Amino acid sequence: MAGIAVSTTINGDITEYLCQPDETLLDVLRDRLGLTGAKEGCGTGDCGACSIILDNRLVCSCLVLGAEAEGRRIETVEGMAHGDQLHTLQQKFLEHAALQCGICTPGFLIAAKDLLAKNPDPSEEEIRFGLAGNLCRCTGYDKIVRAVQDAAHVMKGA
Amino acid sequence: MRYIRPLSIEDAVGQLAGSAGTAAILAGGSDLLVRMKGGFVEPDLIVDIKSIAGLSEIRETADGFSIGAAVPCAVLGENAALKKAWPGVVEAAKLIGSKQVQGRCTITGNLCNASPAADSVPALVAAGARAVIAGPTGKRTIAVEAVPVGPGKTSLAKGEIIEAILLDSQAPRSGDAYLRFIPRTEMDIAVVSAGVNLTIDEHGVVTAARIALGAAAPTVLLVEEAAEALIGRKLDEAALERLAKVCAGACRPIDDKRGTIEFRRKVAGVLAKRAATTAYARAGGK
Repeated sequence: MAGIAVSTTINGDITEYLCQPDETLLDVLRDRLGLTGAKEGCGTGDCGACSIILDNRLVCSCLVLGAEAEGRRIETVEGMAHGDQLHTLQQKFLEHAALQCGICTPGFLIAAKDLLAKNPDPSEEEIRFGLAGNLCRCTGYDKIVRAVQDAAHVMKGA
Repeated sequence: MRYIRPLSIEDAVGQLAGSAGTAAILAGGSDLLVRMKGGFVEPDLIVDIKSIAGLSEIRETADGFSIGAAVPCAVLGENAALKKAWPGVVEAAKLIGSKQVQGRCTITGNLCNASPAADSVPALVAAGARAVIAGPTGKRTIAVEAVPVGPGKTSLAKGEIIEAILLDSQAPRSGDAYLRFIPRTEMDIAVVSAGVNLTIDEHGVVTAARIALGAAAPTVLLVEEAAEALIGRKLDEAALERLAKVCAGACRPIDDKRGTIEFRRKVAGVLAKRAATTAYARAGGK
């Protein structure tokens, strides 16, 4: 079946795909482009596991149509590490054991990246507030908050 | 299903008016895509309005502000002039959903989703906001409270699109505020809510007031008797008590798992008092 031709930029690369009109950007990323970092938790914008950055705004990719991405700029968790060099946030999530099952982790990483880009020195409250759109049922959040605080500290010094 | 992204409001209106079957307007999609996912709606046509010139902008006009239908709520919170003029409206818009949802959701969508519990709507009604509607027969401007007619239903005709929400400049010595009750601290749907906009004179006497309640009836309620309870008085304890009583009496809420009728009535009055107190202080009243 034919589809809508979309040309967009994903993690700096110009990317073209065909999608159906009712297909979400999350499904496009995962099923057509093999970018399986973003996860489908709820599919209704409640859990944040599918978080991506779209034109500098953190959004749930399950609440964006694939067709809407035409001409826009997408950042996913796959763009965070450079080769074997993990992003500071990824490294700090490992050091602080800020994950258990890992399903929520890509969403938290991208949400934390967006948070620190806009507020490089957040208070604990601002971190908790900024990440409130991401649900984790394993960690109890404390380790995630500490990892983000540590990453912020390191990134400020960098 | 067809997805189109028209570049002009005329084209969008024409496509909607000429469509057979179910058509849906897409701006932020935070309601539409959830309803599609849940199988509650299966549009034959989706009209994405985000590429229409001007719809993604907040414009300062001679009369105040024109907020394009596709402006995400996050952008409202980043607009210093709008925040200064209408802090209650911006606070209400910022209460909708998570940061992820804020990057997409719009006040026009919140209005057109027609949920009785929509957070931005009582604040907009209290502010006297108007909706600019483009349709097959031209443009018309109506009060925001005339848009929702029941849960999930609006007064918009086939082919009509709200292109902007207008907020006039505040009169001198005016202030607005919005409060809602939810059982958690963040990210929930209002059990009941109140928006208040007040103007006072140099002695602190209320000269104009608009009080709107949310999640208290099938649609947002503009409670005119509540305004009458305040106008001509300072915001003293007696006036606040009268306000609470009138608001509680005006509610026509439902019993559901989030709150009983009795609870909603009582809390509507409490929230109206507290929002009025904040609005009064913002107007410069002491």
